[in-house]
Amino acid sequence: MKSVRIGAGQGFWGDSPFPAIDVVKSGNIKYLACDALAELTLAILQKSRQKDPTKGYVEDMFFSLLLKPCREMGVRILTNAGGINPEGAGRMVYELARKMGLKGLKIAVITGDDILPRLGELREMGINLSDMENGGDISSIEDRILFANAYLGAKPMVEALEKGADVIITGRTADPAMFLAPLVHELGWGWDDWNRLAAGILLGHLMECSAQSTGGNFSGDWWNIPKMERIGYPVAEVYESGEAVLSKPEGTGGRVDLETVKEQMLYEVHDPSAYITPDVVADFASARLEQVGPDRVSITGMKGKPRPDNLKVSIGYSDGWLGEAALRYSWPDAMKKARKAEEILKKQFKVMGLSFEEILTEYIGYNSLCGTTAYGDGEDLNEVGLRIAVRTRNKADAAKVPRLLPPLALNGPPNASGAGGMPRPRELIGLWSVLVNRAEVEKQVQINIMEVE
Amino acid sequence: MPKMLLKELAHARSGDKGNTVNIGLFPYNEKDYQLLKEQVTPQRVKQHFGEMVQGEVIRYEVPNINAFNFVLRGALNGGASRSLRSDNLGKCFGANLLRMYVETGN
Repeated sequence: MKSVRIGAGQGFWGDSPFPAIDVVKSGNIKYLACDALAELTLAILQKSRQKDPTKGYVEDMFFSLLLKPCREMGVRILTNAGGINPEGAGRMVYELARKMGLKGLKIAVITGDDILPRLGELREMGINLSDMENGGDISSIEDRILFANAYLGAKPMVEALEKGADVIITGRTADPAMFLAPLVHELGWGWDDWNRLAAGILLGHLMECSAQSTGGNFSGDWWNIPKMERIGYPVAEVYESGEAVLSKPEGTGGRVDLETVKEQMLYEVHDPSAYITPDVVADFASARLEQVGPDRVSITGMKGKPRPDNLKVSIGYSDGWLGEAALRYSWPDAMKKARKAEEILKKQFKVMGLSFEEILTEYIGYNSLCGTTAYGDGEDLNEVGLRIAVRTRNKADAAKVPRLLPPLALNGPPNASGAGGMPRPRELIGLWSVLVNRAEVEKQVQINIMEVE
Repeated sequence: MPKMLLKELAHARSGDKGNTVNIGLFPYNEKDYQLLKEQVTPQRVKQHFGEMVQGEVIRYEVPNINAFNFVLRGALNGGASRSLRSDNLGKCFGANLLRMYVETGN
């Protein structure tokens, strides 16, 4: 039976590129798919494009480290590193490849996910742009919108592969679609072969967060995961039938077993029987997982349902500022000291005429990560950090918060020590999701291929 | 009734989408699936998290992988990029769920 091997190269912007090199060199793969865009990454990239119109894509060492080994091993790359400016990313990769002497390398740039310029037009057409999550009216945010991008499916990437692209750069694309595209291309799956498309999507979902299916961020016996310092990113052998075996490169660390794979299977999933993507609605509840060897898990039995008529569009908007600061206190009575400092700060906010939309207090060492589920009252802790965070429309007000903390070391409760310096105010980004008829998005999708000379 | 920490019976991973957190819950032993089904109800999960979760809690059963998926709406202080919390991505919700006690019945 025909089969193809694919590998994962990146789980987010900032992920380690070294396991990706292991995947390329010893994963015996033909395709490497890399996910660089989390939900909010486009907001960061939008800021960088505002400062410099040639930017707005993911700039990291990824391409400079991987382009050459991929070319040498005949591995084709798919990535959404194009962010908010895929053309800019394409030019950057072209220049890099030219300098490396990678003559003949074909770079495809896919655009069309950006629908920000068309929001007004879509609204006039009667498309409902209210937020899917809270039903809010778009007019409440329209003067603060930073980006509006549709999630594209695998089709344009498959077309680029058919045209011989060695590197495919997209903007917003459904993450698992980057793994589905080479499978459709190599194994000849039809666009209405819902079960196989769903199998590709589940596999993509298992691989898109790099080591999260090979032992990273594993909540079971994580202390037994071998060689985490050189963890292996996932690779998969996928058969024409849609059946697949998930594993990792020989000699790498990590663990691929039912426990590690299952944790990733439900990661960021809502209804497991209806995982909606642009290409298919995948039914994860139909999959069968089986350990078929050391670090090898097979995935069979996947079922899918027809693709949706609409594409999800993610809109990001500016939504005020976060000001924060932290201070630590030692035993004895660490918690009492932290609470006293909090009381002083809140009184000082009043005196200064600062009124915030929200003030959040966390006690580091007690409830900063576990919140309401903390045990006990924290009164006998060795040390406690006070973190205070505020929400405001006014950036200058947000900046005033950290400045109030250092004086407390001398003017407040005893045994204080700084924690994290003076963080600058951080802009808060709201996310707004809408559904747009796919034809409206797909008609503007373009594929541009450049060949390195 | 004897009680046990959920951590002893299951592992869990959480993640974010907008202002919603989901938690996959995986009993180590298939035989505990029924116990967790009875004990870790959406109502109890909602109560466990208290004011951290503003919206409803939905539970999906995923018996093919011996798991449950909990969807917690309004759980992220507005969403990862709007949240004031240290755990703005909700990565610790899974571990926090495992702090719940369940009645083991024997």
